[in-house]
Amino acid sequence: MRTADLKILVPVKRVVDYNVKVRVKADGTGVDLANVKMSMNPFDEIAIEEAVRLREAGVATEVIAVSCGVTACQETLRTAMAIGADRAILVESDVDLQPLAVAKLIKAVAEKEQPQIVIFGKQAIDDDANQGQMFAALMGWPQATFASKVVVAEGKATVTREIDGGAEILEFKLPCVVTTDLRLNEPRYATLPNIMKAKKKQLDNLKPADLGVDVTPRLTTLKVSEPPKRGAGVKVADVKELVAKLKNEAKVI
Amino acid sequence: MSAYTPPLKDMQFVLRELAGIDRVAQLPGYEEAAPEVVEAILEEAGKFAAGVLAPLNFSGDQEGAKWSADDGGRVTTPAGFKEAYAQFAEAGWNGLACDQEYGGQGLPKLVSAAVLEMWKASNMSFSLCPMLTLGAIEALQLCGSTQQKAAYLPNMISGKWTGTMNLTEPQAGSDLAAIRSRAVPQGDGSYKIFGNKIFITYGDHDMAENIVHLVLARTPDAPEGVKGISLFVVPKFMVQPDGSLGARNDAYCVSIEHKLGIHGSPTCVMAFGDAGNFGGGAVGTLVGKENEGLKYMFIMMNAARFAVGLEGLALGERAYQQALGYARDRVQGRDIAGSAASVAILHHPDVRRMLMLMKSQNEAMRALSYTVAAANDAAARHPEEAERKRNQAYVDLMIPVVKGWLTETSNEVASLGVQVHGGMGFIEETGAAQHLRDARITTIYEGTTGIQANDLIGRKIAREGGATLKAVIALMRQTEGDLDQQDKPEFAVIKAALANGIKAVGEAAEYIVAHYGADIKAVSVGAVPFLKLLGIVAGGWQMACAALVAESKIAGGDTDAFYPAKIATTRFYADHVLSAAPGLAHTVIHGGAGAMAVTDEML
Repeated sequence: MRTADLKILVPVKRVVDYNVKVRVKADGTGVDLANVKMSMNPFDEIAIEEAVRLREAGVATEVIAVSCGVTACQETLRTAMAIGADRAILVESDVDLQPLAVAKLIKAVAEKEQPQIVIFGKQAIDDDANQGQMFAALMGWPQATFASKVVVAEGKATVTREIDGGAEILEFKLPCVVTTDLRLNEPRYATLPNIMKAKKKQLDNLKPADLGVDVTPRLTTLKVSEPPKRGAGVKVADVKELVAKLKNEAKVI
Repeated sequence: MSAYTPPLKDMQFVLRELAGIDRVAQLPGYEEAAPEVVEAILEEAGKFAAGVLAPLNFSGDQEGAKWSADDGGRVTTPAGFKEAYAQFAEAGWNGLACDQEYGGQGLPKLVSAAVLEMWKASNMSFSLCPMLTLGAIEALQLCGSTQQKAAYLPNMISGKWTGTMNLTEPQAGSDLAAIRSRAVPQGDGSYKIFGNKIFITYGDHDMAENIVHLVLARTPDAPEGVKGISLFVVPKFMVQPDGSLGARNDAYCVSIEHKLGIHGSPTCVMAFGDAGNFGGGAVGTLVGKENEGLKYMFIMMNAARFAVGLEGLALGERAYQQALGYARDRVQGRDIAGSAASVAILHHPDVRRMLMLMKSQNEAMRALSYTVAAANDAAARHPEEAERKRNQAYVDLMIPVVKGWLTETSNEVASLGVQVHGGMGFIEETGAAQHLRDARITTIYEGTTGIQANDLIGRKIAREGGATLKAVIALMRQTEGDLDQQDKPEFAVIKAALANGIKAVGEAAEYIVAHYGADIKAVSVGAVPFLKLLGIVAGGWQMACAALVAESKIAGGDTDAFYPAKIATTRFYADHVLSAAPGLAHTVIHGGAGAMAVTDEML
């Protein structure tokens, strides 16, 4: 694989902004999204930044952002292009897209675009579906999750991962999947000229049917509820009482 | 000290619903400002303001700019400013509203107003550097020669170099006729400048490699007074024909002021051609024509005054966010209506009143200033001449109000911010005091409130018999009529207060027009009260428009909590702020006699 052909695909998700206090709808059918500020999933921002850095370093030649969802995801894609993605693809659907469906859609896009690297955020801050792993399995590609350092050279990727108790270094051949951890990089502030340019960059609109993917929901949400409120604490007289409570009430020892 | 959260929702609301960003985007040359692009610009500017500039606000105030005698006088900005400025320039924010020909983005004033509010709210001291650069850019764009534009504009617009405005001298403050700085022609087209300037914002600093000074001075045969002042461009380092930097020019910062606020911003005493020290004179070139310098300054004055008005809004917003955060967290005292548990002070009626005075006036200031910015864009770019003229007249009328009323109000709002904190507000570590100290300069520089008010009643009202104001009053009456169509009781309250306000403005203006010629002293005593009156009523008018939009959204089924809040805020403003209008009109009409009856000895 010549460097001249190296494309990076970065899936980005439009999620409730991390500053917003999420509320459950009164009828328990889901999270209330009406009038809520939406932004790009922060881990995906790190993914875009990493891809753009690889292109700026001359390793990659093109960065393509892809998002699956409603029309408003275009804003998220424009943000990705303002950071530096070269073009974007929206797979537009008003259907509630479930994780497996999204993984299949991204697979279809990847087969069309033939990227050598797909960089995902390690998780979305709304439903933590770990799309990256699902996608890697569908493609049969090697993957390095929770990356804190990515080096690409001579058709190989060397990825440092954050694991319990230290770091692990993986090396594998392209094509591959990387998912980003928080410490991989600090995304840049988009520059004004790039914000202005972003709206002129190519944004293709596809439908799931164009990609031959059936996105009919397979999971049924029974109920969405707020986590139980934490009750008031109690004071214990001595260690004996504490141990008794942990054993008999909390049943943790 | 608190974080800064750009009030994007209210900004977007005002841009869309009151100032008409979609109409501005249809003006020739502003097509780039499509609403979704503007939204993205505000979003990213907000991230930069909150993430890069705001964290340096408190530390910049505590540390302050420092001067040393090295190299003939050198200023060091507070830690972090230099890096933040590099990032700011790198991100291209400096050129937002500048000519595309020289590398700017050419965006409308309306967009730059919203972005400017964020720079100023996040870090007023920092924001002054790009603001002064913009003033200098505008002067060169307007009056500079082709060579001057080519030599300076690209680097100033990119932010690589910064700019200053050198007007004030120790004996020439509000009265620039008294300027003494001299410009001596050298026979080669250049001049040597000699003289001292004071209050020069960012006259020297360490954030950019070159500083472009615009300096007012007199040529040898210049007539006395305002008709003999010329404008010169004097770089800190000479610019070579190939664009590289040459010799150090004889323009030095010989000290900086110790001030009440804006400590991060160096306020310099500049010595040009101080022969005793460095010899030679400062080399400069004439901008535009000889003896026209003051005229050029006046052309730029609207922009500069508008920008300072925005500082008022910005500091009001920052003070409000700070006070609100404290009032939510601080638990003290019981609920006045009787619950046993201690409550956050937000629940005390008087604290609530103070917070609402802050919030409602901030929103009124934003609504008024952004709509004036939109009128400015229409005045510059509307295809029909009649529309350009109408908008320009409105802008000219409202500029002293935006400058004077917003800055006076911000002092009240920032003071309330301290009050909400109680004793902690008086302690610097809390951060509330800084906003009050920073706000204090805004009613003074770029023309004091008194000067704004004299401009308002004299040039903008009496001189044209109040024609423009009457047209504005007619528009206000239309809004009053729209309020009358609403059934909800809040709207009856808003309507009554606005009607009283409009009546008060009308009567006070009539008095001014009728007596300005015969009794200018008595009328001038009421100038500032009139400026406040017009500000309060114009702000109330825009809030009423906002409430009407909110009501139509609610009627259309929109459940966003923003809309009921807007109506409640407008109602509060009507009863707590707009209600003062008749009293101010009384002062305008009857207050002159009492002031004139006082002799010098009685004071």
